[in-house]
Amino acid sequence: MYLTRLELSHFRSHRRTVLDLDARPVAIWGANGAGKTNLIEAVSLLSPGRGLRRAPAGDLVRRQEAIGWRVGAAIRSGPEVHEIDTRAEPDHGRSVRLNDKTVPQATLARVVPMIWLVPTMDRLWIEGADGRRRFLDRMALSFRPSHAEASLTYEKAMRERNRLLKDQVRDPAWYGALEAQMVEAGAAIATCRAEAVARIQQAQDGAQTAFPVSDLAVVAPEGMPELSPTALEDSRPRDMAAGRTLVGPHRADLLAVYRDKGVAAAMCSTGEQKALLISLVLANARALKAGLGAPPILLLDEVSAHLDAARRAALYDEVVALGAQAWMTGTGSELFADLGARARQIEVVDASGESRIRA
Amino acid sequence: MSDGSDRIQALIDLMARLPGLGPRSARRAVLHLIKKRGALMRPLAQAMLDVADDARECLVCGNVGTDEICAICRSDKRATGEICVVEDVADLWAMERAGVFRGRYHVLGGTLSALDAVGPDELRIPRLESRIAEDGITEVILALGATVDGQTTAHYISDRLAGREGLSVTSLAQGVPVGGELDYLDDGTIGAALRARRAL
Repeated sequence: MYLTRLELSHFRSHRRTVLDLDARPVAIWGANGAGKTNLIEAVSLLSPGRGLRRAPAGDLVRRQEAIGWRVGAAIRSGPEVHEIDTRAEPDHGRSVRLNDKTVPQATLARVVPMIWLVPTMDRLWIEGADGRRRFLDRMALSFRPSHAEASLTYEKAMRERNRLLKDQVRDPAWYGALEAQMVEAGAAIATCRAEAVARIQQAQDGAQTAFPVSDLAVVAPEGMPELSPTALEDSRPRDMAAGRTLVGPHRADLLAVYRDKGVAAAMCSTGEQKALLISLVLANARALKAGLGAPPILLLDEVSAHLDAARRAALYDEVVALGAQAWMTGTGSELFADLGARARQIEVVDASGESRIRA
Repeated sequence: MSDGSDRIQALIDLMARLPGLGPRSARRAVLHLIKKRGALMRPLAQAMLDVADDARECLVCGNVGTDEICAICRSDKRATGEICVVEDVADLWAMERAGVFRGRYHVLGGTLSALDAVGPDELRIPRLESRIAEDGITEVILALGATVDGQTTAHYISDRLAGREGLSVTSLAQGVPVGGELDYLDDGTIGAALRARRAL
């Protein structure tokens, strides 16, 4: 599974950029602001959602022309080649075409399994549960694409219910109808998450790796009952006072414990926290490879920050051994010297406000 | 632009507001109409005027026709004790095109959506409940979309009708479309089809 071609048109700092690629990892280096992360952000839009910066479609456009943007890619998956085209015109959401047919975004999860790690996730273990939940859901999505539909159904039904709560509506049948759907979708979400954690745990246990192993658990806030029609019904008065739903998988958290040290991830050093994250991403990739027969696309933005030279070399070795097309960015070519010809090396430069690729 | 072309432009702008048409297709349609002025444009204008004067919603079911009570609600043959609940008139017409349902309909006029401020009273749900009592209905068939709003509405109605003696509430099956191939179905549809499997 790898991109053979990537085309950016009027996407952030890139006016027009075309890359022809092979299965090797891609090492992208250049000065701050040259447009490295924009490249991998474009790749991240080949999966459902808002991409690795979580930006609205309108923010992705190149400001100078402001005529809308387009990202095109050809992806080889075994003997098949899929063509993906995603774009947004000004004031419109993004549309997705797969092999010349318009498809819902969620379809992309079935075509391109993808996992990413970005610098904002460096604080994942010490900040709020939101980020950890998103990380968990990305992993769950990579194993089971239907996780996207279950999440959409759950969120839509919950938004509807939250509106009833805010408007102080007291129609039990209306609540019941929404809660029935939340319970069904919520159960599917919980199953997918548990499966993802189990598979990643298994992939960590069975691997020779330079990265630390962690024990994972999906936990609910203390005192929160398990999601059920009765739990939601009982929670209505409390929820109405709060103006939002207080019971359900949208409040779950992901906990990790550094196994060898028996220390919670949040208490580890900055470097260890990053190593734990990388370890999980690699384990996720290995588990997917074992299940699908092909590793996912990996996007590792500024991955070498906080890693010492030995860990960096170990990361490159593991990525190459996985056979994954890992897109990695860094400020200087020396960061990727260990990779040499094992990776496609790309320099991005700024040419008067426009990103260019120097071959 | 002269007065005449302003009027043509105004017509194009109006046409472009129709569902399924944009500025370009509206221009094509208007040019076509002008070319076929006698054969198409005048009869079309007359037909639109007539329908604008006569069209109305059936007082009983919400179907759109030219009479106070639509032909389906008037026909004794269709008093089978079954009511099919649909979201929109377009759905009613789709069911009628299929020509398999012999009962009567109830058009809700939308689906429940708290975010869009559409509640039970904005839909014809109270009217549905009174019809069931008045017309001796034995089965309510919910033919609503497989979306969150559609399913919320279905759950809601079945909850409101629960416990009425001699009344069963059913919904359309979800699964493999006729002439469809499994390979092209999404996981959700395959799951629904499997759960709704039946003995042969």
